[in-house]
Amino acid sequence: MKFAKLTASAMAIAAVSATAAAARDNIQVAGSSTVLPYASIVAEAFGANTDFPTPVVESGGSSAGLKRFCQGVGTEHTDVANASRKIREKEIKACAENGVTDIIEVRIGYDGIVFASQQDGPAYNAFTQADIFNALAPKVMVDGELVDNPYTKWSDFNADLPDAEILAFIPGTKHGTREVFEEKVIAVGCEMTGAHDAMIAAGMSEDDAEDACLEVRTDGRSVDIDGDYTETLASIDANAHGIGVFGLAFYENNTDKLKVATMAGVMPSTETIASGEYPVSRPLYFYVKKAHIGVIPGLKEYAQFFVADELAGPSGPLANYGLVSDPELAKTQQMVADEVVMGEGM
Amino acid sequence: MTDASMDTPRPRRAKTSLVSEDARTKKRNAAEKRFQAYGILAIATGLFFLAVLAFSIVRSGLPAFTTTVVDVNFTLTQEEFDEAEGQLFKTKAYSGYFISALQKKLETENVQVAFDEAAIERIMGKIGSTLREYYTANPDQLGEEVAFKLNAASRVDGYFKGRVQRETLQDSRFLTLADLDLVDALAEAGIIHTAFDWGFITGADSGVDNPGGAGIGASVVGSFFMMLVVLLLSLPIGVAASIYLEEFAPQNRWTDMIEVNISNLAAVPSIVFGILGLAVFIQFMHLPQSAPLVGGLVLTLMTLPTIIISTRASLKAVPPSIRDAALGVGASKMQAVFHHVLPLAMPGILTGTIIGLAQALGETAPLLLIGMVGFVARGYPDGFISGFTDPNSAMPAQIYTWAARADQAFYEKAWGGIIILLIFLLTMNIIAIILRRRFERRW
Repeated sequence: MKFAKLTASAMAIAAVSATAAAARDNIQVAGSSTVLPYASIVAEAFGANTDFPTPVVESGGSSAGLKRFCQGVGTEHTDVANASRKIREKEIKACAENGVTDIIEVRIGYDGIVFASQQDGPAYNAFTQADIFNALAPKVMVDGELVDNPYTKWSDFNADLPDAEILAFIPGTKHGTREVFEEKVIAVGCEMTGAHDAMIAAGMSEDDAEDACLEVRTDGRSVDIDGDYTETLASIDANAHGIGVFGLAFYENNTDKLKVATMAGVMPSTETIASGEYPVSRPLYFYVKKAHIGVIPGLKEYAQFFVADELAGPSGPLANYGLVSDPELAKTQQMVADEVVMGEGM
Repeated sequence: MTDASMDTPRPRRAKTSLVSEDARTKKRNAAEKRFQAYGILAIATGLFFLAVLAFSIVRSGLPAFTTTVVDVNFTLTQEEFDEAEGQLFKTKAYSGYFISALQKKLETENVQVAFDEAAIERIMGKIGSTLREYYTANPDQLGEEVAFKLNAASRVDGYFKGRVQRETLQDSRFLTLADLDLVDALAEAGIIHTAFDWGFITGADSGVDNPGGAGIGASVVGSFFMMLVVLLLSLPIGVAASIYLEEFAPQNRWTDMIEVNISNLAAVPSIVFGILGLAVFIQFMHLPQSAPLVGGLVLTLMTLPTIIISTRASLKAVPPSIRDAALGVGASKMQAVFHHVLPLAMPGILTGTIIGLAQALGETAPLLLIGMVGFVARGYPDGFISGFTDPNSAMPAQIYTWAARADQAFYEKAWGGIIILLIFLLTMNIIAIILRRRFERRW
């Protein structure tokens, strides 16, 4: 009898929840772990400043977030995808196949990517993209020849760098940060050292050479970190000569543990990134499903609140946390207000 | 022949005595002593690591239970209230009023250190939402002087706890060395001090720039509702399945296969159940995302095999003579099981269930995919039913989320959360032991 009662109550709960499932009243966000801190600041403020419930923000990486975003329209799917890179053509197509056609792209600002090492470690204080390429590429230029990377120490190829073993912790491939790292550092370094030209001279096509440029060595001197920056920080903590790739905001929160290196002679800071002097930065986005506006309460308000001057502006809490605010924020605000979808008037 | 044998002296047997040990006995006794020493050593090693673990958890986690607060009397006028409510970013307006009020107060208090408004802003935590919540709930207090205890910034809190040190502090927009002088002066004046942090035990998660406001309370509630779902579903289903399999089912290939599969299911990595949960419960059945109901369902799948296995073991442990006696006096098979076997197996079943629940309580991986890991700061559910369906986090998920944040203050919170989680696990295990002791029968 007891079991019958328990089962009955369990079924009653399931029935009640099934009816409740139809109406979701909170915004569901997923995506980039780089955007997550900003999104959580906005979500908390959104909950505290409006009558809408606090949105739920999940992490998991830009690609994973966009994949879930593109799974379809309906309350069982996420409303917003955070991304630390632009959505790809392939993803837009995948979205369209599942009926997600009207996507509003919102750029919230810029984020710098910095190279930092342990506070007590060797002094890496000046890098160029070529240094990073020489340290991490599987094939590098030595005396005008493209050879398997022979370098084991930073001082092997640049006498100004310390005599320390090469060991770098770079973001894993599911992170949007990896793409920026490849594009703005490794690819540039590949061109600078002449490896790119050498590959083409050796008979590679332009595309193949570009792909080959982005490879990293697999002998353990370059370590992919698939988790968050805290994982990179822990690895740096354990390796005095290790160098890690971090977001600017993360570094600024941990200045007592990390020291940062300049890139091409420029110190990373919100100012140098905003002015474009610091070369390794990327825009941060979130994508809104237009079909969910009006269905999920507060979705448009959330998007507008996110890009409002009070939050994403230069003196707002996002900038205070480390986001480089977008000089064209007013344009974005207008776009969100008008619900301009991608491919329309852009 | 016989003579000869009589003549040869018998091989001398070693003299044994009950009082003194001979060499062989000594050796055997020594081996036993050695074995005991190994055993004690093994236990000592285990205890040592347990002690180290407990010590490091308590040392790292205890600071999370205290926080640094600023004691200030503050008056908010009706006009200020209306003006703040008229803005988009209301909480910022509230903290602005508070900061200028505090500045005025400090000027009259004659603090010996130079300071400006920006310094006070750096010292104070995110206080706007606390103020707004208070005044929207108590509009009659507008214009009255109210004594507030408000959180200081996480780095100031860290300074009191030794996490932030003068030597390693680098001036940044979060905190400067000059601010610490002001903090010291305020501490001397008794305005700023550490206090027990009830907010940590009762509160919900907060944004990454507001570690002071983060609490584990809401996720405890989330875990509670999840465990309720697990208990209500897995206990009846698990017990019914095991009674049937153990007492009624015929022994054939089908039941063998089911048995093997249940054992296999118990060894499936928990993340697999999370993927299943996402596909079945959210995408197919359209249950709400991030809801303890779905988390509970996923954990039920995970807990079922554990409960079935332990229930079957305890049913098996009931001596057959009990069944035979019941059947012998004319009870039906069902009566024999429900009146005699099941009550005797109950302690084992309950222990298995509680251990299964404790396991489920500590799981994060299956929750990753159903949206319970991340920033879930909905706060307390409005009612019993919405406790199942409103988005919420769970304790291990909350700890995991905190550990991944940039600000070191969250790391401390994660350790504090571990203490709370361990207290829950310990309580559940103690209940299991008590139940077993109380209902245990020996034959």
